[in-house]
Amino acid sequence: MSYKFEIENLNAWFGSKHVLKNISMKIREKAVTAIIGPSGCGKTTLIRCINRMHEIVPGARVSGKVLFNGIDIYAEDVDPVQIRRKMGMVFQKPNPFPMMSIYDNVAAGLKLNGVRDRKRLSEVVERSLEMAILWDEVKDDLNKSGVSLSGGQQQRLCIARALAVEPEVMLMDEPASALDPIATAKLEVLIRMLAKDYTVVIVTHNMQQAARVADFTAFLYLGELIEYGPTKALFENPENELTEKYITGQFG
Amino acid sequence: MDNYSVRKVIDRSMRIFAYLALIVALIPLFSIIGEVLLKGASSVNINFLTQPSPTVGEAGGGVANAIQGTLITVGLASLIGVPLGIISGIFLSEYSEAKISSPIRFFNDVLSGFPSIVVGIFGYALIVRAVGFSVTAAAFALAILMLPIVTRTTEEAMKLVPATVREAAIALGVPRWKTIVTVVLSGAKKGISTGILLAVARIAGESAPILVTMGYWRWWFAGLNQPVASLTLNIYIFAISPFENWQALAWGSALVLVMLILGINIIVRVATREKYK
Repeated sequence: MSYKFEIENLNAWFGSKHVLKNISMKIREKAVTAIIGPSGCGKTTLIRCINRMHEIVPGARVSGKVLFNGIDIYAEDVDPVQIRRKMGMVFQKPNPFPMMSIYDNVAAGLKLNGVRDRKRLSEVVERSLEMAILWDEVKDDLNKSGVSLSGGQQQRLCIARALAVEPEVMLMDEPASALDPIATAKLEVLIRMLAKDYTVVIVTHNMQQAARVADFTAFLYLGELIEYGPTKALFENPENELTEKYITGQFG
Repeated sequence: MDNYSVRKVIDRSMRIFAYLALIVALIPLFSIIGEVLLKGASSVNINFLTQPSPTVGEAGGGVANAIQGTLITVGLASLIGVPLGIISGIFLSEYSEAKISSPIRFFNDVLSGFPSIVVGIFGYALIVRAVGFSVTAAAFALAILMLPIVTRTTEEAMKLVPATVREAAIALGVPRWKTIVTVVLSGAKKGISTGILLAVARIAGESAPILVTMGYWRWWFAGLNQPVASLTLNIYIFAISPFENWQALAWGSALVLVMLILGINIIVRVATREKYK
């Protein structure tokens, strides 16, 4: 197995607040890696550093290296827009484009980047919705508004939208936090399927979810990487006392 | 009386008070529209809408030249003011981390409170003295009056578009400027068009800046370096005249002006209807 990402001494700040401290970790290709930890530990910041979304917040700063396919994405000559095109991102709250139909939502990434070929767009929309296990539910309503769907459907629509630009990586920031248990179960099935072709990094505050879907799990606490390893080992035999306390629910 | 009945009485009296206040506030609005309709409708006919202003002693006549003039002036002013205002609003909303944003916002607010006659004098000093009393000078002054309204409403409307929507586009690898002009701008379309509408309605009813930049003119449009007629100055000149047919034309002009603003309102509302409910 090879590594998709190699993070070296990554530090991140919001203004003067130091939110990530010397994170170094390697993320495997075509596997699911979960990032867990209590609120405010830097999980979301870490995932947003991977596709250079952290820096769009005013006052945010990063130091260190993130190697993606061996290339440092924070190098001088790297265009963040090109980096983001190679990584799909799914957010905490489903965020379909409110003024667009289901079809246009999925096609948005291609359309906004200049693809006009209708036939190709239709193919990509269908394939992406099928991959996101949403096609059968919406195939007759492609012209309806994206926000008319249920929460779980909206989140799968957002996944389809991210898949449509053919990324190599899927970054998911607590994708199930706004969903009910049934929608969450569907989403977890989908995540496992995606791991066959994509490198998936998922942030979650739900430890059971990490245990169910992730091959590897990283535990973050107060901006530091406390423990990182195969999910099974981390949950059954944590090496660090802090990890053990967290996964046994002694703090959170 | 127990606590509950006291609360009920207070609730009911507050509600009645609110309704009364609403009625009092609506009385002037409806009485103005009613009066204008009543007095103006009788003078509106084919001649009124197709003939230019009558000369002294001439019977009949109309306000066609003033309708033409007002449309040209307002159209020209919008051509200058709307794009500038929208672009400024985009800057204030999307690039608010720039140090210059805060003073711009402040002066923009100050500008929106400027008396229109002062803006008119500014137009006079800047353009009238160079090219003379003209529709260009009037449009310039009116554009300045539009600018702060369009800027402010564009900024507010764009800020209402959730940050998560912007992030979704940026995460898709859409450059920032493209995210702004496509996703954010389309989400703010309704608010922006409301702002433009407010601005157009405001300048269509202005008379002071027109008076000092092109003055009263009773003929048809004769070039951008010449004045044009306007409905608002028609109302003023005709209303204070001693001739009865002119006074009737003043009421008619008022009616046309009100209808024009109402019409623009309806057109913009229909054109920007939400595609999805």
